[in-house]
Amino acid sequence: MATQQSRSAARIMMAPAVILLLGWMLVPLTMTVWFSFKKYLPLRGGDLGWTGFDNYVRFFTSSAFWPSVQATLVIVGGVLAITIVFGVLLAALLNQPMWGRGIVRILVIAPFFVMPTVSALVWKNMFMDPVNGLFAHLWKLFGAEPVSWLSEASLESIILIVSWQWLPFATLILLTAIQSLDSEQLEAAEMDGAPPLKRFGFITLPHLSRAITVVVLIQTIFLLSIFAEIFVTTQGAFGTKTLTYLIYQRVLESQNVGLGSAGGVYAIILANIVAIFLMRIVGKNLDT
Amino acid sequence: MGRIVLDKISKSFGDVEVIPPLDLAINDGEFTVFVGPSGCGKSTLLRLIAGLEDSSGGHIRIDHEDATHVPPAKRGLAMVFQSYALYPHMSVRKNIAFPLKMAKMDKAEIDRRVEGAASVLNLTDYLDRRPGQLSGGQRQRVAIGRAIVREPSAFLFDEPLSNLDAALRVGMRLEISELHKRLKTTMIYVTHDQVEAMTMADKIVVLQAGVIEQVGSPLELYRAPRNVFVAGFIGSPKMNLLSGPEIADYNAHTIGTRPEHIAISQTEGVWEGTVGVSEHLGSDTFVHVKCAAFPEPLTVRVRGELDLSYGSTVFLTPDPEHLHRFDAQGLRFA
Amino acid sequence: MARSVTTRRKTLNTLFAWAVGLLIFFPILWTILTSFKTEAQAISDPPVFLFFDWTLENYAAVQERSNYMRFLWNSVIIAGGSTLLGLIIAIPAAWSMAFVPSRHTKDILLWMLSTKMLPAVGVLYPIYLIFIRMGLLDTKTGLVVVLMLINLPIIVWMLYTYFKEIPGEILEAARMDGATLKEEILYVLTPMAIPGIASTLLLNVILAWNEAFWTLNLTAAKAAPLTAFIASYSSPEGLFYAKLSAASTMAIAPILILGWFSQKQLVSGLTFGAVK
Repeated sequence: MATQQSRSAARIMMAPAVILLLGWMLVPLTMTVWFSFKKYLPLRGGDLGWTGFDNYVRFFTSSAFWPSVQATLVIVGGVLAITIVFGVLLAALLNQPMWGRGIVRILVIAPFFVMPTVSALVWKNMFMDPVNGLFAHLWKLFGAEPVSWLSEASLESIILIVSWQWLPFATLILLTAIQSLDSEQLEAAEMDGAPPLKRFGFITLPHLSRAITVVVLIQTIFLLSIFAEIFVTTQGAFGTKTLTYLIYQRVLESQNVGLGSAGGVYAIILANIVAIFLMRIVGKNLDT
Repeated sequence: MGRIVLDKISKSFGDVEVIPPLDLAINDGEFTVFVGPSGCGKSTLLRLIAGLEDSSGGHIRIDHEDATHVPPAKRGLAMVFQSYALYPHMSVRKNIAFPLKMAKMDKAEIDRRVEGAASVLNLTDYLDRRPGQLSGGQRQRVAIGRAIVREPSAFLFDEPLSNLDAALRVGMRLEISELHKRLKTTMIYVTHDQVEAMTMADKIVVLQAGVIEQVGSPLELYRAPRNVFVAGFIGSPKMNLLSGPEIADYNAHTIGTRPEHIAISQTEGVWEGTVGVSEHLGSDTFVHVKCAAFPEPLTVRVRGELDLSYGSTVFLTPDPEHLHRFDAQGLRFA
Repeated sequence: MARSVTTRRKTLNTLFAWAVGLLIFFPILWTILTSFKTEAQAISDPPVFLFFDWTLENYAAVQERSNYMRFLWNSVIIAGGSTLLGLIIAIPAAWSMAFVPSRHTKDILLWMLSTKMLPAVGVLYPIYLIFIRMGLLDTKTGLVVVLMLINLPIIVWMLYTYFKEIPGEILEAARMDGATLKEEILYVLTPMAIPGIASTLLLNVILAWNEAFWTLNLTAAKAAPLTAFIASYSSPEGLFYAKLSAASTMAIAPILILGWFSQKQLVSGLTFGAVK
C-alpha cells in the first residue's frame, strides 16, 4: 500500500543497515572459512599452506569436541528449563495482589543489570568458594562438608550463575504476558467451574506460549555464546568447556587459527541448525 | 481552481484488479460523494487522487495539468482521514500549522491563518490542547482545520464521520455542508452511508467492485436508478425489489417499488399478505409484510402512526407512477 | 476487573514475594555490603551481615590500583556511542519495514536476527586481523562499531515493533501536508515513537555495557571498559573479597541505577515488543 516513490525511498533507507550487517556477516565468515582450510599458526610460522579438510577432521575427532557440544547443550537446556519454569512461577506470584510490588519487581530485575564478569566473579568467590564462600558457611552450619562447587559440580554451578542472570528477563516477559490476559476469560472459566490450578493450566499457560517462545528464542541466542562466565570461573576446566570456549582456546591460547576456524565453522553450523529451528517457530508466531 | 479528471485510471494490487479503467470528471466547486459497500474501491480511488497510491494505468488531471506522477504534497489537495490522523505529540495549534510550516510560510501568516481556521471551527479555546484531550467531534474539526488552512484546490474526505456517534455525525454532516457552501471549493467525500451521500452531495458516484454504477445528483439517483444495484443501495428504507411469476403482468424481469410508494389497505389491493413486525418511529411507521407471491417480505412506509396487529391480513398496492422496471441484466427501462 | 482479596491472602503473597525477591537480590546486596567491610571482616567465620565497622577504604584502594574513572569513561563512550550510532542507522530501516512492507520484509527481519546467532568466537580471529589492519585494536572507535553491529538487529527489530503500532494514516497525513520524507521522520514519526525509542536505547545501552566477549578480546589497556576492569580481579593475586566487592559495585552501580530509574520503559523494551 504505497507508491513507487515511497518504495524506492524505503529501499534506500534500509540499505545502510542491510549492507552493514551483510558485510559484518560475510567478510569475517569468508575469512574464517578460508583459514579453516589452511595450516595457520601465527606464532609458529604463520601461513603454512593449504591442508584441505585436515582441520575439520582434527577438530571433529579431537577428544574435546563431543564433550564441548554436550556441555554447550546441557548449559543452554538447563538454563532455559530453569528460567522458564521459575519464570512462570515467579510471574504468577508477582501478578498476585500484594504490597510493594514495584519494589519486589526491582529486586527481581536487578540481576539482569549485572555484567557477566561481575556476576561470575561474585558467585565464584563469595558464594561458591569452598573455604570462605557463603555456601561453605551454610554447609558447615548444618554440619556438612563444604563442597568445592566449581570443580565438583562445575556444570551445575555455571547453570546456576547463568540462570540467576537470565531469570529476570524470563520473569519480566512472562509477567507482561500474564498481565495482558483478559481477566474475563479467567472469570468465564471460574463460572464454568474450573478450579484455580486448572484455570492456570488451561488458560494462563496456553496464553503464555507466545511469550515462552520469545524467551526461548532470545535466551538461546545469548546462551549459545556465553563466554565471560566460563572465562572468569573455570577457564573451561572440569567439563565446562563449551564449543565457544574450545574454539577460543584453539585460536587464542594455542594460536592454531586454522584449527580454531574449522571449529568456528562447526559452531556456525550448530548455531544455524538451532536458528532455522527457532526462526520457524518465531516466523509462525509473527503471523498471528 | 479544482477540476479533477480521471482518464482511464486503473489500479491493481499484484494480480488483483481493484479498479478497472474508469473515467470520471469532477467539476470545480462540486461536492462529490463516492458511495458504495465496503471493498468497492471507493477509498482506493480517493487515495489515487490524493497520490498516496500509484495508479496502474491512465491519467489524473487536476486543473488541466497531468498530476499522475506528482507526489501527494504537490497536488494542492488536502485530506481528512477516517482516523483524523492528528499528530498526537503536537498541540492543536501546531497540528493546524503543520502544513503551513512545511510550506515554509512566514510566522505571521501562519498565525493569522491558524487563528482564522480556529474561529471558523470553534476551536479557539482549544488551540493549546493536545488531540488526546479533545472529544471526537473536536478532533474532527482539527482535522478539517488542518485541511482548510492550506487553501487547497480540493478537499478529500475519507469516511470522516464513521468514528463519531450518531448524534454528532448529523451535526458534523451539517457543518461540512455548511463549510462547502461557504468555501465553494471542490470536495470529494467517501462514505459507505447512503444517507450521508444523499444529504451532502451535489453529485453522487455509486461504486461497486471498482466499477462506477451510476453518476448523478441525489434526486436523479433516487428517481431513476440506472440498475438494480443502485436502486437497492440508494434510499432508506431500501427499495422493494420483486421478481417471480407474480410480476409477469408488469412486463419486466424485476420490478422495484420504494416503501413510500406502496399503499396499504385492510380491504383491497393487488397483493395479499400478512403483517409482520411494525417499526414505529412516530413520524413514520415501517410495516413489514409477508406476501405469498414473493420470497422476501416487503417494507411499506406509512406516514404517521398506524396500528396493525401482528399476523393480520393486509393488501398492498404499488404506485404505478413510481414503479421501476428492470430487465434480465438488472438495467432499468422506463 | 480487580476483585477484592482477603487481607490474609494479600499478606501471605506479600511475605512470600518479598522473600523470593530478596533471595534473588541477595548476591548483589551481599556484594554491596561486603564492599564496606575490611578484608578481615569480609572472610570472617561466621560471616557478619550488617554489624561491622563500615569503611570506604576498599573504594579508595580500587581507584588507586586501577583507574576506575578511565574504565567508566570507556564504558560510557562505548555503550552510548554504539547505541546512538545503531539508532541512527536503524530508524530509517525500521521506518521502511514498518510502513512500506514488501514481500521480503519479514525475511529481512528474520535474517537480521539470525546474524545475532553467528557465534562471535567463530569470527574472532578475522575481526582481530581486520582490527590490526585498520588500527582499530584497543580503540573505542573499534568497539563502538563492533557493538553497534552486534546490537543493530535488536535495535531494528525493537523499533520495527514500536513503529508498527503507529497508524500509517498519520504519516500519510504528513505527506499530504507537504512534509518531505526527512521531515516526516524527524517531525512526526520520531516524536511519536519517543517511548519506544527510549526503551530501545536503554536496553541496548545495558546490553552494550555488559557485553563481555568483544570488550575482553579486542581491548588491552587504552580502551578497556568496565567488563575488562572487573575481569582483572579474577586473577588469584587480586583476590580480596572486600576489594573485589568494591570493584564489582563500582562496575554495576551506574547501570543498576539507570535501570532502576527507567524500569517502566525497560520492561516494555525487554519484551522486544513481541509480548503485549
